[in-house]
Amino acid sequence: MTSLIIALWSVPALLSVPVLAVTTRRWSAATRLIYGACLAICLVVLAAALAQLVGGGSTASSVQLPVGLPWIGAHFRMDALAAFFLVVTNLGAAGASLFAIGYGEHEKSPGRVLPFYPAFLAGMNLVILADDAFTFLVSWEFMSLSSWALVMAHHQDPENRRAGYIYIMMASFGTFALLLAFGLLAGGSGGYAFADMRATTAALPGLVLILVLLGAGSKAGLVPLHVWLPLAHPAAPSHVSALMSGVMTKVAVYGFIRIVFDLNGPPAWWWSVVVIPLAGITCVLGVLSALMQHDLKRLLAYHTVENIGIIFIGLGLALAFSAHQMPAAAALALTAALLHVFNHSLFKSLLFFGAGSVLVATGERDMEHLGGLIHRMPLTAFTFLTGCVAISALPPLNGFVSEWLTFQAILLSPEVPSWGIKLIVPAVGAMLALSAALAAACFVKAFGVTFLGRARTPVAQEAQEADRCSLAAMFCLGTLCLVAGIFPGFLIDGLAPVVEGLVGARMPAQGTISWLSIIPVAESRSSYNGLLVFVFITISTLLAIEIIHRFASRAVRRGPAWDCGYPDPSPATQYTADSFAQPIRRVFGEVVFLARERVDMPAPGDARPARMTVTLRDLVWDAIYGPVGTAVWYAAEKLNHLQFLTIRQYLSVVLAALVGLLFVLMLVMLVWT
Amino acid sequence: MHGTPLDVAHMLAGGMVLVSFMLLYQDRMFALLNVFALHAVVLSASVAWQAHIQNAPHLYVPAAIALVLKGIIIPVALHRVVIRLGIHRTIETVGGIGLTMLLGMGLVALSMVVMLRAAATADPLAREDLAFALSVLLLGLLMMVTRRNAVSQIVGFMSLENGLILAATGARGMPLVVEISVAFSVLVAFIVIGVFLFRIRERFDSVELQALDEFRGERR
Amino acid sequence: MDLILELGAQGVQMILVLVLAPLLLGYTRKVKARLLRRRGPPLLQPYRDLLRLIRKEAVLAENASWLFRSGPYMIFSATWVAAALVPTFATGLYVSWTADLIAITALLGSTRFFLGLVGMDVGTSFGGIGSSREMMFASLAEPAMIMIAFTLALLAGSTQLSYIAQFMLTHSSLRVSLGLALAALVIVALAENARVPVDNPATHLELTMVHEAMVLEYSGRHLAVLEFAAALKLLLYLSLIGCIFVPWGLAPAGSSLASYAVGIATYLGKLAVGGFLLVLLETSIAKMRVFRVPDFLGIALMLGLLGMLLLFVSRSF
Repeated sequence: MTSLIIALWSVPALLSVPVLAVTTRRWSAATRLIYGACLAICLVVLAAALAQLVGGGSTASSVQLPVGLPWIGAHFRMDALAAFFLVVTNLGAAGASLFAIGYGEHEKSPGRVLPFYPAFLAGMNLVILADDAFTFLVSWEFMSLSSWALVMAHHQDPENRRAGYIYIMMASFGTFALLLAFGLLAGGSGGYAFADMRATTAALPGLVLILVLLGAGSKAGLVPLHVWLPLAHPAAPSHVSALMSGVMTKVAVYGFIRIVFDLNGPPAWWWSVVVIPLAGITCVLGVLSALMQHDLKRLLAYHTVENIGIIFIGLGLALAFSAHQMPAAAALALTAALLHVFNHSLFKSLLFFGAGSVLVATGERDMEHLGGLIHRMPLTAFTFLTGCVAISALPPLNGFVSEWLTFQAILLSPEVPSWGIKLIVPAVGAMLALSAALAAACFVKAFGVTFLGRARTPVAQEAQEADRCSLAAMFCLGTLCLVAGIFPGFLIDGLAPVVEGLVGARMPAQGTISWLSIIPVAESRSSYNGLLVFVFITISTLLAIEIIHRFASRAVRRGPAWDCGYPDPSPATQYTADSFAQPIRRVFGEVVFLARERVDMPAPGDARPARMTVTLRDLVWDAIYGPVGTAVWYAAEKLNHLQFLTIRQYLSVVLAALVGLLFVLMLVMLVWT
Repeated sequence: MHGTPLDVAHMLAGGMVLVSFMLLYQDRMFALLNVFALHAVVLSASVAWQAHIQNAPHLYVPAAIALVLKGIIIPVALHRVVIRLGIHRTIETVGGIGLTMLLGMGLVALSMVVMLRAAATADPLAREDLAFALSVLLLGLLMMVTRRNAVSQIVGFMSLENGLILAATGARGMPLVVEISVAFSVLVAFIVIGVFLFRIRERFDSVELQALDEFRGERR
Repeated sequence: MDLILELGAQGVQMILVLVLAPLLLGYTRKVKARLLRRRGPPLLQPYRDLLRLIRKEAVLAENASWLFRSGPYMIFSATWVAAALVPTFATGLYVSWTADLIAITALLGSTRFFLGLVGMDVGTSFGGIGSSREMMFASLAEPAMIMIAFTLALLAGSTQLSYIAQFMLTHSSLRVSLGLALAALVIVALAENARVPVDNPATHLELTMVHEAMVLEYSGRHLAVLEFAAALKLLLYLSLIGCIFVPWGLAPAGSSLASYAVGIATYLGKLAVGGFLLVLLETSIAKMRVFRVPDFLGIALMLGLLGMLLLFVSRSF
């Protein structure tokens, strides 16, 4: 109960922070004050939520406040699921606030960012704590609007304006879908509190699933509703991008889990058949799009889409297992998904912080204008490398653990008697493996082109290291990535009350296994020990270095690059981001993006340069949003005539409306009497 | 019927599916004919193995027919046809090999599901070999659809025929008469198609179907 | 006593892979030369090469970073840890449960990750060529490897290599999915070890290099460590194929010294036969051009996917 009270008090605390800053009018210190206050509040809520998760177990505490609609009030509840997502949210928010204490100093128009940032945090916390439909939707919209304001902070750039416009459209669409879903869940009795929804079963639970996929899925970034994400996430300031990618998408995942697993009743057999292929396509499309980008933040945003796909694969598998009464397997799949939620928020925030530091140091987001930053910004490079290794699912860091658990869940799915699952899961397993390999390629490109090699422009040569607060935030998150990878058993045990509340079973207790391995099903089946792998790698590296330095030479001489005897002084001959992705574009791009290369070679004797043009098309945009946009314009054009009618025509429109309503009334009276 | 005989039967049937996939991506004429000969050899091995485990010696005759007729005579004849048509140096655009392979995988999955559910009460050996045979049939059809050259289409048609024979032997054998008539009909069809090919080639100087479409009299 | 024997066996495996890797490399070079009617270098030449390189001074480019200097050691240790976890002469060794086949694949993936990074480090165009091509091959080879791991896991009920090897020993049979997995694993092994037809390890033409292009800037002890890592990787893949598809001779956990000795002898035989078959394949086909390799690897991915699909659909495949 105390945790709930503390978490609820954080909301007005967060909302009052900008008011305080404005009233004190000390803009020079306002940035540090506000972000510091947010950091403190987030840490308090984090502690409270952790206490609830670890100590409270599966008990839930709820409270009803007399704000909002008079006959509903506002219900708030903290159970294990809410506590876990509060941990994820506030950990990400604390990291972003710490980063922003240093990063915010470089913000040109702080008045556009500072008031909305705490509001954004408050909105996210409220969504997780909400226990009735009205509070949930109001908080959801509040979260969307405050993040929209943050996206529009740099509105001078027309691209940012377009990004904000598309974002607000998609967010409104999502809220509308969720509104319909809650309407269906409330049913005829109209009980909008979640407790009432749990008690009654909806009339069309399948339609609720579709609506939630549209609503929460669009906020999370499922294909084909992901198009706003790569536009909006890079447009916002970097700490806000980290929050949007790392935390807000997780709040959307929370919405999905809450409605589908908790409120909607037992799953039907076909729900997973819809969710799993959608998630698989999201994975592959997200990572392939990321590979084609050379804007660092847009690459990271597309990557978020891929990771959301991985999370939804786990959720879909949990739905499949639940529908066929296999609670232990469902627990494994759900634990894998939730663990990936936690891991992704850590390393995606870390990567966005790195991109933010690079942006501040060089003013460039485009990788093709960077290079060689590992010499100028060594600490940022080290933490960014940690993030890259973690997101590429390489042991011993945390990304690998959640992917390994997802693979183990996939290996349990032949037991499911449904033929749809038997056909879809191998294909989606292949898609997951493909996206994992492509993610590694993508981050070799991102790190290699940005930080390694030689500087391609003067701004990259003059870059300065990030400030201490930013570095502190990045190091904290990097350390957490390593710790989560080495001690995954404790995380899995921490997730046990959450999973138990949702699917009725939990994974076997991991904390007591010798050497801290994790054993998802049985020892004979599979096991993994992150700690020992880390120890082995460290020991063998140090041993190799020691032996070679002791018994052989340790002499080093510096010279120009070898490059097979043809060194060239210009850094323009290095591989660029586009050239790195060219082989993969040739293999996959022709089908997925209709990639076409055209070379315009001048005739011999003509001195103009040859030109190579690569065209990529976003098929999702062309297939769905293009026609929708055209249809809306067409309808708007037709309806525009209503603006220019004569008085007689207006009167006849009024008459027609009146007559039509009377007609309907007459029909109703005839039919019902 | 469990254990090694079942496994070997599955290996041979699975081998036929694999060779059908190989047929899908061959783009050179001679390689195509060699792979088709391999297809027929694997078919005859599969039929002979079925004869062995079902104790049905009359099935050795279809195996021999498949080996001699489809494994040796028809590929050699088609080899000569290809040289006379002068297309042995062409490289056929197979149009999106990745997509064709994915479609092939989808067809295999489809035939697995359909066969294993439809024949759920049948003998496991027969049921799974029927699933493989249906896959070979569908892959042969896919080959006919994705090819532009008439000779490749003939090869696709023949591989479809092989799938039918595999299915028939898998379903507890068929009378010799049926097999002989099937073989003769194949031979007749081949001769007729061969004759037509030469006539077409004489008339239009090409056996590319795209070019032939334009003479059909229908405008797109 | 048992504990000491078990620890000893694990230690012997870790040292054995280190010792045998250069010998395997020398053996393959010798057999290849003989097949091409040359005399070939001596069997122990790789050891001499490594010793010579280690003692030399390392020449680094002016803008090489700390990643360039430490990369070889990280790559080597990850490969060594992975090679030490694959059963060579005995299953169920002391720490074999720390990583299963998926984790071993991911460890090799991390070596490739860092190799790609160090290729881009100095900022030359050849390094970029190697890195981008290697990542393209990896984007198809790694999913194929995971599909193979899934196929084996669905058959054996476990992803742990020791349990898979035990299963193959006790339930040896010709299964379609195993045949498909073997074909896919051979293709993946060729691609991962930069062997013909994917990449020629002995080429001197930079535009045809993939693996060699990434390590073009290395010299001295760093190059020695990287060459050692490449030899270890080849040994790892041959041991993998051996322990899964030819598991006879593997000593089960906790057996006597005699059965360990038999295990080592059969392991050496498997390596000899495997190396010979590899060299036979290399001398009989030509290297593919770079953009045909995705078709080749796509075949491996498809075979793995087909094997997994068959096992999902029915247990008796």
